[in-house]
Amino acid sequence: MTALAAPPRRRRRSADGRDAWLLVLPALLPVMLFSVYPLVYGVLLGFTDAEAGLNVETRFNGLDNYIELAGNGLFWESFKIGLVWAFSVTILQFLASLGLALLLNLDLRLRWLARTLALIPWAMPPVIIAIMWQLMLNPSYGPVNRMLDAVGLPSDVNWLGEASIALPVVVVVGVWAGMPQTTVTLLAGLQSVPAELNEAAAIDGASTWRRFWHVTLPALRPIIVAITTLDLIWNFNSFALVFVLTAGGPGGTTMLPSLFAYNEAFRYGNFGYAAAMGNVMVVLIGAFLLFYLRGQMRRRLQ
Amino acid sequence: MTTVTKTVGRSPWARPLQYLALLAYMCFLAFPLLFLLTTAFKTPRELQSPDAGLLPERLDFGNFTSAIDKADLYTAAGNSLLVAVTTTLVVTVVALPAAYALVRFRTKMRAVATGWILLSQVFPFILIIIPLFLLLKNIGLVNTLLGLVLVYAVWSLPFSLWMLQGYVAAIPVELEEASAVDGAGRLKTLRKVVLPLLAPGLVATSLFTFINSWNEFFFALVLIQDPDMQTLPLALARFVGAEGQVQLGQLAAAALLACIPSLVFFLLIQKRLTAGLLSGAVKG
Repeated sequence: MTALAAPPRRRRRSADGRDAWLLVLPALLPVMLFSVYPLVYGVLLGFTDAEAGLNVETRFNGLDNYIELAGNGLFWESFKIGLVWAFSVTILQFLASLGLALLLNLDLRLRWLARTLALIPWAMPPVIIAIMWQLMLNPSYGPVNRMLDAVGLPSDVNWLGEASIALPVVVVVGVWAGMPQTTVTLLAGLQSVPAELNEAAAIDGASTWRRFWHVTLPALRPIIVAITTLDLIWNFNSFALVFVLTAGGPGGTTMLPSLFAYNEAFRYGNFGYAAAMGNVMVVLIGAFLLFYLRGQMRRRLQ
Repeated sequence: MTTVTKTVGRSPWARPLQYLALLAYMCFLAFPLLFLLTTAFKTPRELQSPDAGLLPERLDFGNFTSAIDKADLYTAAGNSLLVAVTTTLVVTVVALPAAYALVRFRTKMRAVATGWILLSQVFPFILIIIPLFLLLKNIGLVNTLLGLVLVYAVWSLPFSLWMLQGYVAAIPVELEEASAVDGAGRLKTLRKVVLPLLAPGLVATSLFTFINSWNEFFFALVLIQDPDMQTLPLALARFVGAEGQVQLGQLAAAALLACIPSLVFFLLIQKRLTAGLLSGAVKG
């Protein structure tokens, strides 16, 4: 069959190839021009002294940006804040979402309501979420302090204005904002775990906890790895929520690296230096992801 | 008997504890929303008084009407709508043939495209926005809605492709072959067989693009400085800084109005959305 079909098939394939290119071209051109090109350009900018403004000559300056960056304590402080933010939000979000997904997977009343509520933050623009929480946490008229007052607890806490607590508070808002995606994904994963597995384990006398640990969790592992990886990337790169909530304050305690680089580029006009920060961020995050995903792959193979 | 109850019945505390946990989650999720909703319906006098209750005395739409009356919010909503609709049209027209080709013709392109889709998620925005800003400035598109549409279209394309691929892959190729055997040309097959089957997925994907552009903040912040060109998220963020502390009720009302398109969309397609996302992921 292959011998007979080979010549026409080959012709067909090259025609197919042409068709494919024609269909993909309208997508390819803008992506090349406005996505691939800027990205390559952006990476290269990190090795120049580019600045905002007309008639400023840009020259390659090799590793100068990185040498300067290595000694920039503020940037590393911000990078550390970014890591704390990204990891705490991702981990808390995962634990909270797993709990909610397990509950939603049970046959409980009011499940539909909880499910709808869990979706709503997903539908809200990050700017609106930030505005809403800013009002909630307002020290004088916010309902959080009023409720604390009603039960006799200290009610003059400036949640977003106090350097010692601003970051944890922002993390809570981040968890609230990001829970829907994770919950929905985990719930879909839970529903695809074959019920027979759990039943078999139950008949063998395994407790709820052991069934969860030895049956459900391993079956969910690929989905958990995928969603936590995505969450980590999204959280590390997130901007709007914290920008509107605190703009990096108080005293830089919530200055995520994305905010830091934004200020460097569009407030101080140091395009090259800001791009260098972007390069450092992508290399370090990329290295971490490689490490994490490879570890998970190996585990899966074992 | 006892062994059966032991494995099936579990502890008598399980159910109440589960409900308690569900209730706690619901409070955490719903409280901010409830607060926003009630604030939007309170009169300024009510909002000023320290001992007003959580619920408004009556449904007062004053905040909504005065929020809509604000010229800059009105313009901003119009801009957002224009940008989101145009972006959605562009992305749909461009992504549909590409998604079809990537799934149906097994070429190397698919691996490259998937790689690009994933890569575009990892890169920090700062690396993309500086060159885009310079590029758009060179061709005179900074501070224009057209520039914003271009950026949003390119930005949404990877994800739309990803979702659409999943929907295309779900259409059995045998249907197309059968149609070809019946003598239909390729275009006719696409129009009469593939497109109708793809319609729900196409709707979900384009709505998703619409919402993403409607909600986007960062690119707009960098690319738009002219107040006449600002989008709704930008206008709202500035409103907070300028007079939001005083006009609490109006701010809440405007925020609620800005959420309506996405809320309607999410409630409509909540089932399909997860299915689409996952099929894209699994079959990708």
